Amino acid sequence: MKKIIALNVNEIPYELAVEPNRSLADVLRYDLGLTGTKKGCGIGDCGVCTVLMGGKPVFSCLVLAVEAQDHDILTIEGVAKGPELHPIQKAFVEKGAIQCGFCTPGMVLNALALLNKNADPTEHDIRLALSGSLCRCTGYQKIVEAVKTAADMMKRSGIIEEEAE
Amino acid sequence: MEKTWRNDAYAKVTGQALYTNDLAFPDMLHAVPVYADYVHAIIDQIHIQDAEDLDGVVKVITSQDIPGSNRHGQIEKDYRIFADDKIRYWGDVVALVVARDRKTAIEAAELVKVEATPLPSIHDPEAALKPDAILIHEEHGSNIINTHRIRRGDIEKGFDASDIIIEHKFQTQFVEHAYLEPEAALAVPRADGVIEIHGSMQHPFSTRRFTAALLGMRLSDVEVVGTPMGGGFGGKDDTAAVVCARTALAAKLLGKPVKVNYDREWSIRESYKRHPYRVTYKMGLSSDGLIKAVRCEIIADGGAYCSTTPWVTWRSTVQCCGPYQVDHVHCDTVGVYTNNVFTGAMRGFGSPQMNFVVEQMVELAAEKVGMSAVELRRKNMVQQGSATITGQVLDNHTVSMGEVLNAVIEDIDYDEKLKQCSFGKPEGDELYGIGLAMSYRGMSLGAEGADFCAAIINAQFDGSILLEVGIHENGQGAESAFILALAAELGVNRERIRYRQSSTSSIPDSGTTVASRGTLMGTGAVVRAADEFKKKMSQVVAPSLKCNPEEVHFKDDRLHGGQSDHSISFDRAIRVMYLNRKFPFAFGEFQGPSVTWDEKQGRGKPYFTWVYGCQAIELTVNKQTGRVKLLNAIAAHDVGRVVNPGMLNGQIYGGIAMGSGYALSEEVQLDAGKITNLNLNNYRILRSTDVPEMKAIVIENRDPNSPFGAKGIGEPTNEIMAPAIANAVYRATGKRFFNLPIKIDAQNGS
Ligand code: FES
Ligand code: FES
Repeated sequence: MKKIIALNVNEIPYELAVEPNRSLADVLRYDLGLTGTKKGCGIGDCGVCTVLMGGKPVFSCLVLAVEAQDHDILTIEGVAKGPELHPIQKAFVEKGAIQCGFCTPGMVLNALALLNKNADPTEHDIRLALSGSLCRCTGYQKIVEAVKTAADMMKRSGIIEEEAE
Repeated sequence: MEKTWRNDAYAKVTGQALYTNDLAFPDMLHAVPVYADYVHAIIDQIHIQDAEDLDGVVKVITSQDIPGSNRHGQIEKDYRIFADDKIRYWGDVVALVVARDRKTAIEAAELVKVEATPLPSIHDPEAALKPDAILIHEEHGSNIINTHRIRRGDIEKGFDASDIIIEHKFQTQFVEHAYLEPEAALAVPRADGVIEIHGSMQHPFSTRRFTAALLGMRLSDVEVVGTPMGGGFGGKDDTAAVVCARTALAAKLLGKPVKVNYDREWSIRESYKRHPYRVTYKMGLSSDGLIKAVRCEIIADGGAYCSTTPWVTWRSTVQCCGPYQVDHVHCDTVGVYTNNVFTGAMRGFGSPQMNFVVEQMVELAAEKVGMSAVELRRKNMVQQGSATITGQVLDNHTVSMGEVLNAVIEDIDYDEKLKQCSFGKPEGDELYGIGLAMSYRGMSLGAEGADFCAAIINAQFDGSILLEVGIHENGQGAESAFILALAAELGVNRERIRYRQSSTSSIPDSGTTVASRGTLMGTGAVVRAADEFKKKMSQVVAPSLKCNPEEVHFKDDRLHGGQSDHSISFDRAIRVMYLNRKFPFAFGEFQGPSVTWDEKQGRGKPYFTWVYGCQAIELTVNKQTGRVKLLNAIAAHDVGRVVNPGMLNGQIYGGIAMGSGYALSEEVQLDAGKITNLNLNNYRILRSTDVPEMKAIVIENRDPNSPFGAKGIGEPTNEIMAPAIANAVYRATGKRFFNLPIKIDAQNGS
């Protein structure tokens, strides 16, 4: 039996009918067409399906769509406001943190969640925050560098304070 | 050139890049594979009725439905795209269920029943070699896939002349590529009769070839379109291409778009792995540390199908002594059929296994001789003008083995840190060790296959340029590298160049993106096309520049006359071309210089050029838990010429991480042929918290054999971390590890 649920994704309200056992990842990808959220394992071990739920990173393959009601969901598509990239995205581009790009959306969202609560992370903080997301291409080095750079950029531009409110 | 640039970075960082499974077409059907729970069995019957009767199922496809040829294989056509006579490994696919939605297809797949008569199965390659062993492929006549050999000098004499002889056995494991994007394919029957394929695969041209053969169509009837791919590492060749072919078959039979999207479990179950090796290695040395003789026996588990085993093991054979000069070599290599998951190309292609052996052997030897391992390496390594063990004289490029070794040693302060190593006797719980390893690597395909590549430059009326190269983007940034190379060649801003979405229908077949050949071959073709393009333009504009066509040069988005200060903007020059009815269009092709190989003696010039690399690692081993912590890695590689600096470092770091996983955690586990770790929770690749801090030192000795001067980096960076780690673990614990992955027992660190 399908259930009607209300989802708030990237600040847009949706009303949909979903199977109670359908994952948030599948609803985002196949019902809403938000295919920036990827799937790589389906069991919470690769992190390519990471989205923010109420500001916290979750593996959307493990979250049921019905559980995601009443939370603000942020996917990679909602990170940049308009065509201008978010500083984290800019840093990923400039630092060469992207190769095949399959892990990138999850990495960016993990970084965003981190920097929103910790404006001045140590390298260890960064590695820990990214540790739920696998990357097979980059060895993580440039991703970590990009997050450091993003932290600096955000501090300078005052974005962090703004979003922390 | 600027630091880092990619043509697809914006799309990838915003989630806009559409990978195969992100695409959808109206009225699209979904298909899933059906496996049988056997590892070796004669297929008696496949029952599909129950599945076909399920509401929503459109068709269940088996070998009965194939209009063309069911046989597939790059070298040996021993693989059935739909298993028909036998099951040979646990990942054989017997059917494809097509349904209106994926969930229904998965449900229906459970309803397909395979009736089969089990056969005894073989999982040990040495058992497969026994004369009475059951045959995996009866028509092949034996379980030997292939052999290779090297006979150099006189092996007995070499050992007689040795003062010290050491011998050890090594064993390596099955390794999964673990690209984060599992296999996916989408096939669309087009209005013009062409079957169009979007797929996550590494080689559009072989995918097209296999698909056309399966469908009984001509090559021109199948078009494989370039689609962003979530990683390959050599692993999206056979299996990924076959997934595309099956999907295309469904689309053709049903006249509708069909998508196949693999779960991770299917991907790990079906896709080929890196070969496990068993190596017996005997080395003889003089008392002053000169390597006199090497005898080496290599047994490679090819699993159920041939795939690229002959080529992989060929590279292992050619590089069986690492970057060392040895006068007396006797090497026998055999690739073997078993009922294990089949094995094929993976980043390194037969070298990671051998480097794990050789780079430990030289250290074991040095200890016996009583000299430093670095000194022993220096004494024996190839130099400018040296002859390799196959008799190739290294005189057509800069031999930089010593240069990369020195770079690493200095940067990491190797000699100083050697003194701090624990050798199992520390004060506290953390044992410290440092280790290094080095290699040389023949570039590109070598005598494995024909090496040529095409590029097309097509400038538009407004001065913008479309570029296309017959090399596929695998996520490594090939397209961006080609754009940058062309910008450099034409002296124009890269922004005017756009890479045209590649398709098998628009450019000649340029071979696979394997063997780190993409950069070398692709930039080679770009240079050739650019030469042609410039010649055409020069002819047209020379009169207005008051010079001869040969004197025109291209700089700062302008064409300049020889001595005259006349110049004309690139845009204007293009317009002049069109007004003169001369197309600013050029086709370029680059042929790899010739290579030779004598299979009987194992002699020749197997590769037209070589690259050199060295990597070092510092680590600690916890005495109580046996846990290894990687601290700091340094890699130095001679890449010929840097095309895209940021991307280059990224490939080096990625190789270090993958090589570290190879050393410490990665292993596909099989229980009588059935894989027991089918997902990423128990097939462990390294996480951000597991990898060391990394640094890359890039050395540029432009290679005259490469038109752009660039070589490659994808594989060299992945082939020496495991032995470096093994050597470091030894200096930490005092214990040698001859098997991969390295498993250190808790307590005593042994
Ligand atoms: S797909 Fe959700 S963690 Fe891998
Ligand atoms: S860039 Fe390919 S998995 Fe991270």
